[in-house]
Amino acid sequence: MKENKEWIPKILALLCRWCAYAGADLAGTSRIPYPPSPRIIRFPCSARMDPYFVIKGFREGFDGVLVAGCHPGDCHYSVGNYYARRRFMLLKELLLFAGIEPERIQMRWISAAEGKKFAQVVNEMTEDIRRVGPLKLKEEALEIILKKEEVWQPLPGSE
Amino acid sequence: MTRIGVFVCWCGANIARTVDVELVAQKASTLPGVVYSTSYLYMCSDPGQALIKDAIRDYNLDRVVVASCSPAMHEPTFRKAVEEGGLNPYFMEMANIREQNSWVHDDRVAATEKAFELIAATVERVKRAQPLEPLGFSVEKKALVIGGGIAGIQAALDIAEAGFKVYLVEKTPSIGGRMAQFDKTFPTLDCAMCILSPKMVDCYRHPNITILSYSEIEEVKGFVGNFEVTIRKKARSVDEKLCTGCGLCIEKCPSKAKSEFDEGVGERKAIYIPFPQAVPLVPVIDREACLWFSKGRCGLCQRVCPTKAIDYSQQDTFIKERFGTIIVATGADVFDPVVYEEYGYGRYPDVITSAQLERIIDPSGPTKGEILRPSDGKHPQSVVFIQCVGSRDEQKGYPYCSRVCCMYTAKHAFLLREHLPNVKLYIFYIDIRAFGKGYEEFVRRVQDELGANYIRGRVGRIYPEKGKLIVQGADTLLGQQVRIEADLVVLATALVPQKDVEELARKLSISTDQYGWLMEAHPKLRPAETMTKGIFIAGTCQFPKDISDSVAQASAAASKAIAILQQEWLYSEPVVARVNKNKCVGCFACKEVCPYSAIEEEALVEQTSGLEKRVAKVNEGLCQGCGNCASACRSQAIDLLGFTSEELIAQLEGLAKVERE
Repeated sequence: MKENKEWIPKILALLCRWCAYAGADLAGTSRIPYPPSPRIIRFPCSARMDPYFVIKGFREGFDGVLVAGCHPGDCHYSVGNYYARRRFMLLKELLLFAGIEPERIQMRWISAAEGKKFAQVVNEMTEDIRRVGPLKLKEEALEIILKKEEVWQPLPGSE
Repeated sequence: MTRIGVFVCWCGANIARTVDVELVAQKASTLPGVVYSTSYLYMCSDPGQALIKDAIRDYNLDRVVVASCSPAMHEPTFRKAVEEGGLNPYFMEMANIREQNSWVHDDRVAATEKAFELIAATVERVKRAQPLEPLGFSVEKKALVIGGGIAGIQAALDIAEAGFKVYLVEKTPSIGGRMAQFDKTFPTLDCAMCILSPKMVDCYRHPNITILSYSEIEEVKGFVGNFEVTIRKKARSVDEKLCTGCGLCIEKCPSKAKSEFDEGVGERKAIYIPFPQAVPLVPVIDREACLWFSKGRCGLCQRVCPTKAIDYSQQDTFIKERFGTIIVATGADVFDPVVYEEYGYGRYPDVITSAQLERIIDPSGPTKGEILRPSDGKHPQSVVFIQCVGSRDEQKGYPYCSRVCCMYTAKHAFLLREHLPNVKLYIFYIDIRAFGKGYEEFVRRVQDELGANYIRGRVGRIYPEKGKLIVQGADTLLGQQVRIEADLVVLATALVPQKDVEELARKLSISTDQYGWLMEAHPKLRPAETMTKGIFIAGTCQFPKDISDSVAQASAAASKAIAILQQEWLYSEPVVARVNKNKCVGCFACKEVCPYSAIEEEALVEQTSGLEKRVAKVNEGLCQGCGNCASACRSQAIDLLGFTSEELIAQLEGLAKVERE
């Protein structure tokens, strides 16, 4: 990978299905181009985005993680995005402490009508991450949070 | 070992132009677990779906990945196809390679690579998919219509005629809404009350309709088929059952206040019926204006009432009802032109709004239909209309066009000419928008036959001089300044959202746009639906529209509501939370964050120890599937079906794995 304009960072984009994911769809329907950096996973709500998914994203080598949901007050589940906002503010502090640059974890509000904004957010974040380059985790950082044993294990059946 | 089939869609050229679909399909066949992979011109077409069904049978597939458009578009289509092919519909997952790939990238190599990555990750996810069954629930066969204007009335009548019970809730003391304030309607000049009043009476008499006037929505819980609504019935101070509507109390009441119905032009008593044809014909006491409530004396109405219907001690009461569906028809408000200081509204009594003129023209209005100007009660000789006051003006008003002002101004000019044959009429406009059936002809008639002087341009200033109002403006067609001596100036004010509509929208969990108009589910194809299932919108709460459009939308909303009420059972996506009771430690962090109170506590006796522990239990009827509980759970004991951690992490790892290779 070269660290120049050509390098396309890989961004894990966690989007809620009602607003941000629909906004990403609208960017497509409106044919607004953006670099092929985001890898989108659809969530029912930003409240479903366990902070673990973000940590997992960095562990798996994504250069950045975008978390996006409905604008405050517009959550399909009325308050989910407020919970998400709190969780991510805390998480971001923790990740900054572990030496991850602030450019790499961003949270944005994108409505279903904001296709243009989605493209803009991807453009900006891609540029931001290009500036800081590919993800290089410090060993200590990995020790501190990221390599702490898997907190999540698959559940054997639900009952 | 799973046997997965991957189906890559060309979407004509929509995907195939930017993505090498055949290459992607070929590469996908090498993914672990994939036993069949192909591409096709239109996967959503009949032959495309048949391809999937045949492959399930021929290759004994147990999971399916469709790489095509957004799941928002065709997820139901392919779930159904997979089900018809003999699999659980939730054994199908989609990879969005159109909206989020081929339509936004133009680099063919990168887009092809990305498409493959998305498919590979979806393959990993679908391996973890669990079979799910749709949740069925019964439907309460009763509709709630919020707002008793023409849209609400029409919707209520349509639903009642179809044989279902309807509650019609109206904020003000009478149904009728804006239309009841009008004298005539454009372009046919029908008497508004003559066509509205029979419908109001029909509502009142209909055995299926319950009118709750002077009532507001307090709380809305539940979901389509089972909304649980609390309605606040405001204290009227008059017993609706005892009152006969004789009006003796109103006659005797000594206290007066400005009439809301007459837009502040006329007065009403402290105990009043807003207009003579009101439904229900029961007065209400305005407690601020009433001497009994403000000063503790008087009590005249109570003494004269022949049926003892006056009840000063009445309190707000709360009615709790269940409804299968809700129609919102709360209407619009009128823009307050006070911000246009140059027009002097509020300073000069003869600068009035169109709504006020409407009341002045109305034969049952404060002037009994005589066109008298407010300052001195004389007939105006010269009237200036100013259009687009608050509309199409980003600086002081709103950027949108209010759609009805061109037409009602033409109507007002027409009616003024009828009343005062010699009156001079001037109309300042930006553009004339007369797009309805017979509208253009009507405006032409006002211009050509009635001699209304249409001036294209804006008014810069209005000031009083020798008992007249001097209107200074620009005629942009002639390119010159104009100065008109007017006796009366009428501002064609914009329609704006109701002040309390945002609060109502929040209670209903429906959305509003940037101005506060209620959002439709799709501007073209679902104009009467909201994004919340079972809640529909009609009339001007969605956007300014005229009576015919409001009525049409009301009937559309009613037919959608009836479609729900006719079902015995409704089925919903089984995206609900589920608790692993063995892992649950009973901390109830989930219960605290659940916005729907869907988490209940359950006592469980552990088999080995015999000890009792309390664990979380999900009420699937209430759970809406946001997954907040799953993120809050400290012991990973609660998960969201359809979006399990296992599925999501598999997808995430899948996306990352390909990248490393």
